[in-house]
Amino acid sequence: MNAPILRMSRLVGALFALLLISATIIQFVQAPSLRARSDNHRTMLDNFSRDRGSILVGETAIAVSKPSEGELAFLRTYPQGALYSHITGYYGHIFGAQGGLELTDDDLLSGSSDALFYKRIADLLTGKKPTGASLQLTINAKAQAAADKALGNQRGAVVAIDPRTGAILAMVSHPQYDPNTLSTHDGAAARVAGEALNVDPTRPLVNRAIGGNLYPPGSVFKLVTAATALSSGAVTETTQIPGPAVMDLPQTTVGLPNHDGKSCGPGDLTTLQHALEISCNTAFGWIGLKVGPDALRDQAAKFGFGESLRIPMRVSPSTFPAAPNAPQTAQSAIGQYDVRVTPLEVAMVTAAIANRGIVMRPYLVHQVIGANLEILDSTTPEQLSQAISPEVAAIVGRMMVAVVEQGTGKAARISGVAVAGKTGTAQQGNGLPPHAWFTSFAPADNPQIAVAVVVEDGGNAGEEAAGGRLAGPIAKAVMEAVISR
Amino acid sequence: MTTTVETIPTKSRRNTELLLLLFAVAIVLFAWVDTEMANRGAVPAGLVAIGGGLLTLVVLFNLVLRWKASYADPLLLPIATLLNGLGLVMIHRLDLAAGDYGFDGDAFRQLIWTGVSIVVAGAVLWFLRDHRTLRRYTYTAMAAGVLLLVLPLVPGLGSEQFGSRIWIRLGSYSFQPGEIAKIALAIFFAGYLVQARDVLSLAGRKVLGFTFPRGRDLGPIMVAWLISVAVLVFEKDLGSSLLFFGLFVAMLYVATERVSWIAIGLVLFAAGAYTAYLLFPHLQRRVMLWLDPFSAASLEQSDQLAKGIMGMAAGGLFGTGLGKGRPWLVSMAESDFILPSLAEELGLTGVFAILVLYGLFVQRGLRTALGVRDGFGKLLALGLAFSVALQVFVVIGGVTRVIPLTGLTTPFMSLGGSALLANWSITALLLRISDQARRPVPEGDGLHAIPRRRHTASVAADTQAVSRP
Repeated sequence: MNAPILRMSRLVGALFALLLISATIIQFVQAPSLRARSDNHRTMLDNFSRDRGSILVGETAIAVSKPSEGELAFLRTYPQGALYSHITGYYGHIFGAQGGLELTDDDLLSGSSDALFYKRIADLLTGKKPTGASLQLTINAKAQAAADKALGNQRGAVVAIDPRTGAILAMVSHPQYDPNTLSTHDGAAARVAGEALNVDPTRPLVNRAIGGNLYPPGSVFKLVTAATALSSGAVTETTQIPGPAVMDLPQTTVGLPNHDGKSCGPGDLTTLQHALEISCNTAFGWIGLKVGPDALRDQAAKFGFGESLRIPMRVSPSTFPAAPNAPQTAQSAIGQYDVRVTPLEVAMVTAAIANRGIVMRPYLVHQVIGANLEILDSTTPEQLSQAISPEVAAIVGRMMVAVVEQGTGKAARISGVAVAGKTGTAQQGNGLPPHAWFTSFAPADNPQIAVAVVVEDGGNAGEEAAGGRLAGPIAKAVMEAVISR
Repeated sequence: MTTTVETIPTKSRRNTELLLLLFAVAIVLFAWVDTEMANRGAVPAGLVAIGGGLLTLVVLFNLVLRWKASYADPLLLPIATLLNGLGLVMIHRLDLAAGDYGFDGDAFRQLIWTGVSIVVAGAVLWFLRDHRTLRRYTYTAMAAGVLLLVLPLVPGLGSEQFGSRIWIRLGSYSFQPGEIAKIALAIFFAGYLVQARDVLSLAGRKVLGFTFPRGRDLGPIMVAWLISVAVLVFEKDLGSSLLFFGLFVAMLYVATERVSWIAIGLVLFAAGAYTAYLLFPHLQRRVMLWLDPFSAASLEQSDQLAKGIMGMAAGGLFGTGLGKGRPWLVSMAESDFILPSLAEELGLTGVFAILVLYGLFVQRGLRTALGVRDGFGKLLALGLAFSVALQVFVVIGGVTRVIPLTGLTTPFMSLGGSALLANWSITALLLRISDQARRPVPEGDGLHAIPRRRHTASVAADTQAVSRP
């Protein structure tokens, strides 16, 4: 019987070899990918055992990890509640890192970023518990609070940037949510809150300032059209251009009317400056046909349309229609038809006009700060493009001042400060009231802030002044918060 | 077969065993202290009492062996002690995680069972002077084995836990009789096969180079197969079913030296397993979990396997260190999944060490089977050693995705008194047989009087040339 016993012995050896191989595959070969799985509870607990970095606005932490009792060593808290919800996003054991910076800069905040490699080695050598880096934001707390308060209970978004650098000074999207309800260690409560936010038809989780369904820009797009016209030399500030009450659109039976149904000037003629002041649709429709869709699209692209930006959150690219026919081109020239923008893009257009035609790359994180308050990284302002010449920028800027001084944008006037602005009322074409827009920069002679405001479903249909009346005061409040310092 | 017998004197190696025992106890106590330091930052209060108790027990065992089985294999006892101790440490570690610090913890019950099991194993060695005595009880063992197997099916006595009906409940105690049945059946198979091997191995016709048995000789394997199928169907326990049938086929093959039995066994097993797979949804779930434990459909059924694998991955090469991982995240971390628990905290290195210990234990058992002179002893040692090997393969292969997961205890380590008692009894039997395997044979032989000499011829035929370890 010994021969079969020896064979059984070899069989047992083979079976054990299989076990050794499979254990090696799991614990060595596949271990890194298994640890990286999003559903790996242990990795998540590891993350929660680490002191995650804070997100700071000025001296104030808007997201901070506090030591906690129980299985999870730290509780992520958001002391300002909903105010910064779309900037911070949320971080909890049920949903992980989601939303804003918590998601996009997770590796820095958690301390796992390659940028922190040498710091981790040092922590290992000194036996310190690894900690994440903190993010110092470009946000101006007063501007953020002013934007939030002025937008009130209306749906919409406000973005303010420093035109000289691209630093984002305020970014508010309404409705908001309280990230504390999602980061809570009460898993059941977090799930209930998450589910409620997910099914909410007003979509509070969406950051309307940079994403979501995008908005038709309406008349604020006339800034791009005016810049195209001036850059191409097709018109000057004072060229007489047609501005009838209704423009005949080629190939269709419907016309393109002015919002008030009136002619834009005596003899149905007007100038570019006056047309912008009163937001004359027919004049801009005529310009659109004159310069053509390709010129408009090229100019829009120079302002940042079509660009995939990260601030570091992903910004949905704004779009200009690919191949509009003549009537569609005229519609597009006044920001209707298929033109779609983010409020951030509108702010970038305005900021470029304020900054001698230069578009700066927008950014939200000023500095990355280590646990010992050492600065690990600092954002250097970066030019994205030269959208228009300084001369054209100066002309459009002057015309925008006139809009606020004597045109549709009077609601944004600030005493003692020259404000340049443009109103917009974007038809939605589905029976819903139009979106009210306002974009501006100030002071006009030394720009410190460029703002874009959109209020959803706001104005009364067809009334061009709605943009100025509804959105203008919001832009004004944000500008005042920055320049009155 | 010739009857040349070597006369090279064999050393008893009891001192080697004592040294290894001290080493095993030291490793276990060190692991315990390590766990406590990581969890509570202090050396455990009961270190001297419990450590001393454990040491006393195994040293007494060593003394029993010196007296009653002085040539017994020197590795079996230290390996069993070390595996049992590591299991205790992990169970205690999971107690700590659950907040059970003292006598209410699982580890305390397991510790009591360890003591009882070692004492029982010592008693087996003390009273069972010759393993061949067991051959008298071949059919008693069969009756006991089958009775123990069907016991969980008795209404009011059996209880179904985690989908398998393999427990019996007496008051607040639950017991897995299948563990003990394993030993009884190994005794029965050995006794039966040593008697029937001539018939089963000689008659038959040749087909394709294999000698296949006559139809009427297929009876025993069919009965074993039907019983294991019955276990599968009525107790829903794939693990035990596989273990009993595998044990029988292995012993049948060794007794008859005919590969055709393995072929027949594999065909029968494949047919049974496939039919069961088609019939029972819970087996289909097991296969689905095996193929992809991370798919959405699998996770909906059970995340146990996925979590166990992620726990092993968390351990990596060197582990988190005892007391520093999160083995409690996996359900049954102290029983079926005790290996992933250890893998998480001791790493791949620890898993290799544990598997090598099991491998050594099994190899010592097989070595005993090679060395012992009587056919019954050979078959019994082979069966006991192989049952441990198969059980290790089925349970650890299940948690590492070599095969579908089936519920079986990890020998010596899983929480559970019946399994511990069974495995220590196996150790005692192997020690007893190995004493005879390694004992120098005086010139002339004939010393070992066999209680019943009905099969003198075959016993003589079994006596073979042996090379001793």
